[in-house]
Amino acid sequence: MTQLDRRQFLAGATATAAALAAPSVHAQKAGGTLRFVAQADLKILDPVWTTAYITRNHSYLVYDTLFGTDEKLQVRPQMVDRHSVSRDGMKYSFTLRDGLKWHDGQPVVAEDCVESLKRWMKKDRFGRLLAAHGPRLAAADRKTFTLELGEKFGPVLEALGKPSSNVPFMMPARIAATSADEQIKEIVGSGPFRFVKDEWQPGNQVVYVKHADYVPRRVHLDKVVWRYMPDAATAAAALAAGEIDWWEIPPIDFIAKVEQNSALSTFLPDALGTQGWLRPNHLHPPFNNKKARQALLHMMSQETYLQAAIGVSKYFRTCASVFACAGPYASKAGAEGLDRQNMERARQLVKESGYDGRPVTVVHITDIGFLNAAALVTRELMTAAGFNVDLKAMDWSTGLAVRAKKDPPDKGGWNVLHTWWMAADVMHPAVHFGVSGAGPGAWFGWPEIPQLEKLITDFVRATDQPRRKQLAEEVQKVALDEVAYVPWGEWMQPTAFRKNVNGILKFIAPLFWNVSIA
Amino acid sequence: MLAEILRRLVATIPVMVVVALAVFALLHVTPGDPAVIIAGDYATGDDIARIRTRLGLDQPFHVQVGIWLGRIVRGDLGTSIFSGLPVATLIGQRAATTIWLTLFAMLISVGIGVPAGVVAAWRRGSWIDRAVMVFAVSGFSMPTFWLGFILVYVFAITAGWLPVQGYLPMASGLWPFFSHLILPALTLSLVYMALIARMTRASMLGVLEEDYIRTAFAKGLAPRWVLIRHALKNASLPVVTIIGIGFALLIGGAVVTESVFALPGLGRLTVDAIVRRDYPVIQGVLLVVSGVYVLINLVVDVLYVVLDPRIRY
Repeated sequence: MTQLDRRQFLAGATATAAALAAPSVHAQKAGGTLRFVAQADLKILDPVWTTAYITRNHSYLVYDTLFGTDEKLQVRPQMVDRHSVSRDGMKYSFTLRDGLKWHDGQPVVAEDCVESLKRWMKKDRFGRLLAAHGPRLAAADRKTFTLELGEKFGPVLEALGKPSSNVPFMMPARIAATSADEQIKEIVGSGPFRFVKDEWQPGNQVVYVKHADYVPRRVHLDKVVWRYMPDAATAAAALAAGEIDWWEIPPIDFIAKVEQNSALSTFLPDALGTQGWLRPNHLHPPFNNKKARQALLHMMSQETYLQAAIGVSKYFRTCASVFACAGPYASKAGAEGLDRQNMERARQLVKESGYDGRPVTVVHITDIGFLNAAALVTRELMTAAGFNVDLKAMDWSTGLAVRAKKDPPDKGGWNVLHTWWMAADVMHPAVHFGVSGAGPGAWFGWPEIPQLEKLITDFVRATDQPRRKQLAEEVQKVALDEVAYVPWGEWMQPTAFRKNVNGILKFIAPLFWNVSIA
Repeated sequence: MLAEILRRLVATIPVMVVVALAVFALLHVTPGDPAVIIAGDYATGDDIARIRTRLGLDQPFHVQVGIWLGRIVRGDLGTSIFSGLPVATLIGQRAATTIWLTLFAMLISVGIGVPAGVVAAWRRGSWIDRAVMVFAVSGFSMPTFWLGFILVYVFAITAGWLPVQGYLPMASGLWPFFSHLILPALTLSLVYMALIARMTRASMLGVLEEDYIRTAFAKGLAPRWVLIRHALKNASLPVVTIIGIGFALLIGGAVVTESVFALPGLGRLTVDAIVRRDYPVIQGVLLVVSGVYVLINLVVDVLYVVLDPRIRY
């Protein structure tokens, strides 16, 4: 009991608190195979090479992190046993837990973590911000490494405990030495499950087996099999028939049917939710004009978008903030235009912008239901505001290629697109791509707003929370005034599982170490 | 005959080259860019350009074709852009499912469609004939995905006799193997069963009017003997042609069935690859499937000779 308490207490990260909120109270039983229908097909295995959520979720089985984030968004040590910060906040020292082992049986050493962090800092937005502050990483001994900053950087632990893509997962140094532009070839982690490469069939299944030496927790399941089922009706039938145990993302239309089945349960693992975006392209007319962009803000009716795209009101909420409404930086600062639709004002702004009636190309993704609905709502609202809308229908893959084009809309480019981000990715200015004003270095749409970049730099250099909160509000005011993008609300995605599945945790990704089958 | 088969096999080479070039060209005029998909949300233009260079996608079209054809000649179908797995491995993982599904579906189609067509022709105008024709029209009219869900609802969810989805290899046991294929094969076969039944009936009706059939009946031969030995054999050329085409169509039609029943077959591999613009996988699968089509046509041509000695090549 003492040992269990210590583990629970020390482990903390990600799920210790969350475990209390798990949807089941059954006694946990060791062993067994869990059959899980994942949200997408796992094709890329390298969590640094891609930002795909499916790769992040896969990596939570295979890899571990130095720090994690619990349900209350507090950073907790995970692989790290203890850490210290110098009085001036410029030097951090981290000591790893005892007994950490890679899946190949080798011990985890400080050098592995140094190399893993170096690779991650080359790709991740938060990591790049940290890298821009001149950190020097070095192993002090086999279990301890240091991070010495060249310039002040407040949220070091938040960066290392970043829960969403790209997550700073730890890998053996020989693997982490792979260029960040190349995919790693060997999948060896120290996480709760070992990836079985021979049984991996892209487009069908991924198999994981228990990592018996996982520290600091006990893993209940012997094996986890991820299945990919592109057809929701098939997954629903398989869950009802008991052929699968857990369906990660059932479409919201299916939830009522699932809830009618006494053998099944649903649960909201990520109450923070997901945020929808309407993104104007700042490079080309009419949205290279601030007034035309502000018209998009004033025409916004989040309720209309959410009704059309999500449909079931208990799973969505309006949110007049660019930062996740359930997060610590949510604010209504500067959100007057977003908070209440004012079509009259929108029409006036369109006129004042000097819009010449040229067709406005709206990317219309047809193979993702909520993006399809969002584009149709946008057409109606933009037309009502006085724009001449040209919906360009395409599949998601084509949309990805189109959005990367900086050409004018009549040469294959675009004016408006829709996308979505999990709340963890819009939590604060250091992770939020929508508030970057870095021009060519910003997210697609490329707003060039130097003031935003300065505020974000100030944010990461701030060391106290009230100052950060104040800077986040400043960021929001500028982002909404310049209309870097327009959020169209938040929604929550339930998960569905059979009642013999216990221990599902509240987190942005499905976690399996605590799951068991009764 | 053997020389003819060899000649035809050699003749498949230019056909395959044309298919390969057409597939390559088509893919390169299709919108979409795997480098953008790989690069992800945080990529800059430079990141995307670097990935395109590494994948060789920045090379001129003729250079890319040359590299790909060079690999094909060496028996290398390439590597998936996303998973990094060899295309041959991916095809190997999926081929068995599609082959078994297609064979089962064809077995059901022929096993039911041919006798139904023969009986309908023999009992022309009777209720049996009408029943077969109603069945055939229904078979043509029912969308595969709809039929699949109905069968799942009835036999898997309500009755619980068969699994909803998935595939198990024969090594898992004969019943698990068969049980996972019954519903998908039934779903896939219905339309071809209907096609074969109609074609057999039409062909048999023509043959049953022939003098030698009347003579056979006049000689007192048993109707079953006359129908199978004399009529069906002579009516079988169009049916064999349809069966040959049906094999090709079944492989194509398997895409929907594989999705409905979550079967890891070549159809889904192709669709998934198209969705992501995984060019090497699309090219590899289409090349292999094209080869299979060519071989099926060759087998059909050989069967013509076996069934009708008057045919010479």
